[in-house]
Amino acid sequence: MKVILFTLLFLFPNINIFASGNYNEMPKHQWSFDGISGTFDRASIQRGYKVYREVCAGCHSMKLLYYRDLIDIGFSADEVKAIAAEYTVLDGPNDEGEMFERSARPSDHFVSPFSNEQEARLNNNGSYPPDLSVITKAKKHGYNYIYNLLLGYKEPPEDFDIGEGMYYNQWKEGNQIAMAQPLDEDYVDYDDGTENTLPQLAKDVTTFLVWSAEPELEVRKNLGIKVVLFFIILGFIVFFAKNRLWKNVH
Amino acid sequence: MTEKSNIKRRDFLQLSTVTLGTIGTAAFIWPFLKSMNPAEDTLALGSTEVDIGGIAEGHSITVKWRGKPVFIRKRTKNEIQEARNVKINELRDPVEDFDRVQKEEWLILVGICTHLGCVPLGQKIADTKGEYNGWFCPCHGSHYDSSGRIRKGPAPNNLDVPPYRFLSDTKIKIG
Amino acid sequence: MSGSSEPKKYKNSFLNWIEFRLPIVSYIEKEYKDYPMPKNCNYFWSFGALATILLVVLIISGVFLAMNYTPHTDLAFESVERIMRDVSYGWFLRYLHSNGAAFFFIAVYIHMIRSMYYGSYKYPRELNWILGVFIYLLMMATSFLGYTLPWGQMSYWGATVITNLFSAIPVIGEGLKTWILGDYNVGNATLNRFFALHYVLPFVILGVVGLHVVAVHVHGSNNPVGIDIKSKKDTVSFFPYMIIKDTLAVCVLGVIISIVIFFGPNLMAEVDNYIPANPMVTPSHIVANWYLAPFYAILRAIPDKLGGVTLMFAAILILFVLPWLDTSKTRSCNYRPIYKWFMMLFFVNFFILGYVGMKPAEGTYLLIARIGLVYYFSFLLILTPLVGKIEKPKQMPASISDIYSDINLTKSEYKKETN
Repeated sequence: MKVILFTLLFLFPNINIFASGNYNEMPKHQWSFDGISGTFDRASIQRGYKVYREVCAGCHSMKLLYYRDLIDIGFSADEVKAIAAEYTVLDGPNDEGEMFERSARPSDHFVSPFSNEQEARLNNNGSYPPDLSVITKAKKHGYNYIYNLLLGYKEPPEDFDIGEGMYYNQWKEGNQIAMAQPLDEDYVDYDDGTENTLPQLAKDVTTFLVWSAEPELEVRKNLGIKVVLFFIILGFIVFFAKNRLWKNVH
Repeated sequence: MTEKSNIKRRDFLQLSTVTLGTIGTAAFIWPFLKSMNPAEDTLALGSTEVDIGGIAEGHSITVKWRGKPVFIRKRTKNEIQEARNVKINELRDPVEDFDRVQKEEWLILVGICTHLGCVPLGQKIADTKGEYNGWFCPCHGSHYDSSGRIRKGPAPNNLDVPPYRFLSDTKIKIG
Repeated sequence: MSGSSEPKKYKNSFLNWIEFRLPIVSYIEKEYKDYPMPKNCNYFWSFGALATILLVVLIISGVFLAMNYTPHTDLAFESVERIMRDVSYGWFLRYLHSNGAAFFFIAVYIHMIRSMYYGSYKYPRELNWILGVFIYLLMMATSFLGYTLPWGQMSYWGATVITNLFSAIPVIGEGLKTWILGDYNVGNATLNRFFALHYVLPFVILGVVGLHVVAVHVHGSNNPVGIDIKSKKDTVSFFPYMIIKDTLAVCVLGVIISIVIFFGPNLMAEVDNYIPANPMVTPSHIVANWYLAPFYAILRAIPDKLGGVTLMFAAILILFVLPWLDTSKTRSCNYRPIYKWFMMLFFVNFFILGYVGMKPAEGTYLLIARIGLVYYFSFLLILTPLVGKIEKPKQMPASISDIYSDINLTKSEYKKETN
């Protein structure tokens, strides 16, 4: 009725899709986790993790992930232990009062390539490669933006004044980005035999990043269907009860 | 006739509304209660692996497990013999020594006095070990023997043995 | 129990026992069972109940969040992420709380629109309106404080911008700002105290809501026609008639809010708040949350800092005196043919102010904000007193029941009367 439409009207100005940006025409792609019954393609996430490890982890931290989280994407507990053990972590103080290094355990966070922001900036011409743990929630248009960005490197148009050490990207706000094109065909070899074209690499690493930002996604949507259905069913019953009750009032 | 069926229908609607409403409320409360359980990161730290290869005979180390101290001692032959020789019926909390260890030289105990929770002395070489050559709790004077059993003082039970297993000869996993 | 001299009001002896010692049983019966409601109230009248339910949900989810949150600048962002990832159903608690707050404002805005359109702020309900505006003010403070807690970029910079406003006050401004912050700039001292205040204010809101509801019950609810209840024929008892209507409203709210929480939990979020706060880097657009946006637009519309602050606060405070600005004796805008359109334009204008409040304050957006601000104040200060004096209200029915009993009423007219 009128009131519901009115209420819904309230929601629309608040949804960010309507807020304008430079990327009015952000192309949307098909993702397995989209939609009401979205699920994660775990094979894709595993490939995406490999891309992160071999390419991105050189500059980008993912401090909010634990090595034990990798069990959720299909690695066994032993595999996770082995992966973690490849990294070293600072721990301590020990009984002599000293800090010491030890290999990482599944209960540790992902080890960062740099100790702090300053070191990161020093090694990247003053730019700070952002932590990627929740990056798909931290950018407008989220995962579509990340995917398009990875594929969006082009030669700058003739009249474009590109800064020193910057690269031209179609989708970055301002069209200049300090990161050189990070991915290309054949950069990473996949263990499951999937073709490692650039779009495939970008798709897999984006899927991995979405999982990192929203590990609860499948549980959330699953529960959501049940909850919405519950309210719809209860709503119908109450609707009929209300009409019966109020029939004689008027 | 319609009056009666109307009332019946109304009653059914009312009953189903109340029932669904109650189920819905209970289902709503459930995640709140569940959220108070230990979180994933807490559970992940629920077990600790310890390298015991570097401990010499007659020496002890203390490690942290679930926020509590755990005593790991490599017992000498004397200490093992002492523990075995004790008559069970003399004990306040009667347990055989071999029921408290998996490998006889390795004694692993939770280092919290069963009286009121202080950490007993006896881990360091210079510490007093009490009258029974094990541990001594300075708070109220409980004495534990070389199997960690209570012999004298106010503590009611022996020092707890935490769940553990040997991953190898030099590595144990507690919890 | 003993005591044969105790009056036995109820068949149930347990209820009698309570009643004799604390008469809440008869209180509940009077105020929530037999209480007379106008029978022509439409669903706009359910939004007060929806708002109260949302407030309770926010308090409960807030307490459980507080069990896991750490109000320290080094740990806050991570503690929120820990809730999202490691705490059982933590993501549900968090999304319920952030989206619950947004829906709380939606419900309250619709509730206020209802009160303005149907004249519920007029005699004898002026104090009720004042209590309501006070609740609104407390809500704005609480939501502002709560938004800083995740310590994201928008948390930090939003807090910086808003607390900077205080330094605009002459003489005492700078000192006042430092006193509020507990530091020269927004920092850990600020975050910690904002957490303490954010925890306590909702209980203050709950108390004022209690007063607000008691005040409503003194003279009873208004209705879409705006005329007083003349006899029992005009009313229905609160239970079960209004309870079941409100339950239906709750179900509709349940569907909508669940769709948002479970399928679009970040639709109303600012993406920049998923970046940890960095005092060295300012985001390109500092935006308030949408529910504060109309006043943010007014603030930025004035180039002078003190002018903007004054006008922004004036825009909120002027609402308190609305009952005295309105000179018309007719309550419901359904019977005020001229004022009705100005009122609806006021609502649309408020929307538009909100929209431009989320945009950069330049060019066309700034122009629209200025026009919107002019209309906002002229509606309240000029049109409201003036139109009331010159307008001729439409003929109202003699009583509420008359709306239903008129045999010549066509269906469309009937719908009009009850809307």
